[in-house]
Amino acid sequence: MTSTIVQPSPPTAGPPGGGQARLSAALWRRAWLRATLTLSPPLAWFLVIYLASLVVMLITAFWTVDPFTNTLVHSWTLANFQQLFTSTYLTIIGRTVAMAALVTVTDAVLAFPFAYFMARVASPRGRQLLFTAVLLPLWASYLARVYAWIVILQKGGTLSWFFTKIGLGAVNIGYTNTAMWLVFSYIWLPFMIVPVYAALERIPDSLLEASGDLGARNWRTLRTVLLPLALPGVVAGSIFTFSLTLGDFITPLLVGGASSNFIGNVIYANIGTANNLPFAAALALVPIVIMIFYLLGARALGAFESL
Amino acid sequence: MRIWTRGGALFAAASAIVMIAGCGSSGGGSASSGSSGGGSATQGLTPPQAGTAVPSSVGKTEGHLNLIAWEGYAQPQWVKPFQQATGCQVSAKYAGTSSEMVSLMAGGGGGQYDLVSASGDADLRLIYSGDVKPININLISNWKNFHPFLQNPPFNTIGGKHYGISYEFGPNVLLYSKKAFPSAPTSWSVLYNKKYAGEVTVPNNPIQIADAALYLSKTQPSLGITDPYELTQPQFNAAVNLLKQQRPLIKKYWDLASQEESLFQSGTTVVGAAWPLQTNTLVAAGAKVADTIPSQGATGWADTWMLATKAPHPNCAYKWMQWATTPKVQAQQAIFFGETPANKLACPIMDQISKGSCAAYHANAPESYFQTLKFWKTPLAQCGNGKNDCVPFQQWVSAWTQITG
Repeated sequence: MTSTIVQPSPPTAGPPGGGQARLSAALWRRAWLRATLTLSPPLAWFLVIYLASLVVMLITAFWTVDPFTNTLVHSWTLANFQQLFTSTYLTIIGRTVAMAALVTVTDAVLAFPFAYFMARVASPRGRQLLFTAVLLPLWASYLARVYAWIVILQKGGTLSWFFTKIGLGAVNIGYTNTAMWLVFSYIWLPFMIVPVYAALERIPDSLLEASGDLGARNWRTLRTVLLPLALPGVVAGSIFTFSLTLGDFITPLLVGGASSNFIGNVIYANIGTANNLPFAAALALVPIVIMIFYLLGARALGAFESL
Repeated sequence: MRIWTRGGALFAAASAIVMIAGCGSSGGGSASSGSSGGGSATQGLTPPQAGTAVPSSVGKTEGHLNLIAWEGYAQPQWVKPFQQATGCQVSAKYAGTSSEMVSLMAGGGGGQYDLVSASGDADLRLIYSGDVKPININLISNWKNFHPFLQNPPFNTIGGKHYGISYEFGPNVLLYSKKAFPSAPTSWSVLYNKKYAGEVTVPNNPIQIADAALYLSKTQPSLGITDPYELTQPQFNAAVNLLKQQRPLIKKYWDLASQEESLFQSGTTVVGAAWPLQTNTLVAAGAKVADTIPSQGATGWADTWMLATKAPHPNCAYKWMQWATTPKVQAQQAIFFGETPANKLACPIMDQISKGSCAAYHANAPESYFQTLKFWKTPLAQCGNGKNDCVPFQQWVSAWTQITG
């Protein structure tokens, strides 16, 4: 039996490339060796490039910078973390998290009816069109889309013009936190629609029919059947909208106002301007810790089955 | 793009003085409140390369030239004719910040780079780390046509030795809308005036504290501020408090020159701190704005081409310094980037390229005008007064985070 299995391996006696043939035969026989060799490059990449850099950052956060020489001082201190818990930085962290939460809720509310329509109402052709419409903005540069919003929101911009036309008076919400909220909600919306759509599409029609047969009205069906089944999709989408907002610093920089600093902006200032790597590292750990708890919560809600 | 990092870039000359003061036995880590450290900053110390001999003539060119430059400092319009004239093929590596320039130049340019277009805040650091060496200023004939204050400025000339040749500079001006201000404001106080609440914009840059300090040095002489980059804790606190009071008036702290342009173009803001670049772009676009340097003076920046200690192509480097200081290149660079040339003869050529640009960039201003400019340098714990009680730049950055929220 074994001989027949070995048979497809290349002839071992051929003079050219005999070593190569033996190697290939050896690999063919030992599945574990094959798997190790195939997986080790990406695994090494993950370990060295990704995890190691995180560890280095963690360690750096406990160092400090000499005020005279501006060089790293390799002595252990908690000063950076103590500084994090001062009102300036707590305000900035609070603003970032609150904005991420607000954007996530906004996107969930907008995405659910849209995804429902796509998944269960639209014709196959209409669905295709809607899908394209949702994904099309992702083809354009993030920056171009943010700049478009600046033009819309600024004083005398498109929005103000429109409001004046319909008799509501001029609006001037450019360079405010409201502007940031609008732009974030727009930019990350596709990342919410797609997982919610996937979750809704998987719900069998029979469940909804059964609900109807048992006397449930639309609202009750939505509340007790659709929503619980779609929840993992919403949570999966929220991972994207939440984490993407949490880590952003371009939108606050471009559309934010006088008090719109995000965690990312402060990290940027500390690296690019102050060369204070330790404090930047300590600050960078904040979103990581927040996301760890967020992901644990999301897993408990079954989000990862929807991805 | 350099534009928005330039300010941020500012930082770090710190390490310059490091070399100087830190070399003693004070031991780096202990000095946090200015109790130790090596005494008065740069006085009495000699840059490592001060004794390096300078060439008496420019020899045969090597065929290559490697630059570290701000983006926009090696444009084809003046690089191509240079290559044709000298046979030196130019490769430019663009740096985003002053810190990046300093690290690229580590080890005297690593035997790879020849010249760096360093800003005033990086210069001392490069000089005192021995990464750049003196040049023979007599080989650069246009030097004598420079504005006097850029011939031997303290940030690139030490003990009579020139560690490079000044290139271009610019002031930080007060930009205002002519609608809101029929006549030019004469004081920076308009930036702190509640009348313009929600219509003010200033750069998102910790060095802005120096602008507040400069204003206070004239309006509150009792604070005793003599140098806006060397502030003791009480002086620093006063400047920070002033900026905290200013915060509610601010519409936006701008990071990019283009942001400020659109703020003024749309009429969102009517007054702010700016570079001549924004004024000129806005005026060209038809906006009713103008800029001025108020009575308290202004801050500014100045760049220098500096020669790497291990420059592999020194003759091409000298050719470049000669070329870059010619009136025509000075004018082209000034107009391309929106700054002022060091060479006074560039003025008529600027007007040829773009009418009125010489006056717009103050290239023909009298020497008294330039004396009002306080050029950027990095705030260090070591003050010019020989004490170590000044607030270092890291604290400027955290205070700035507090101010801007």
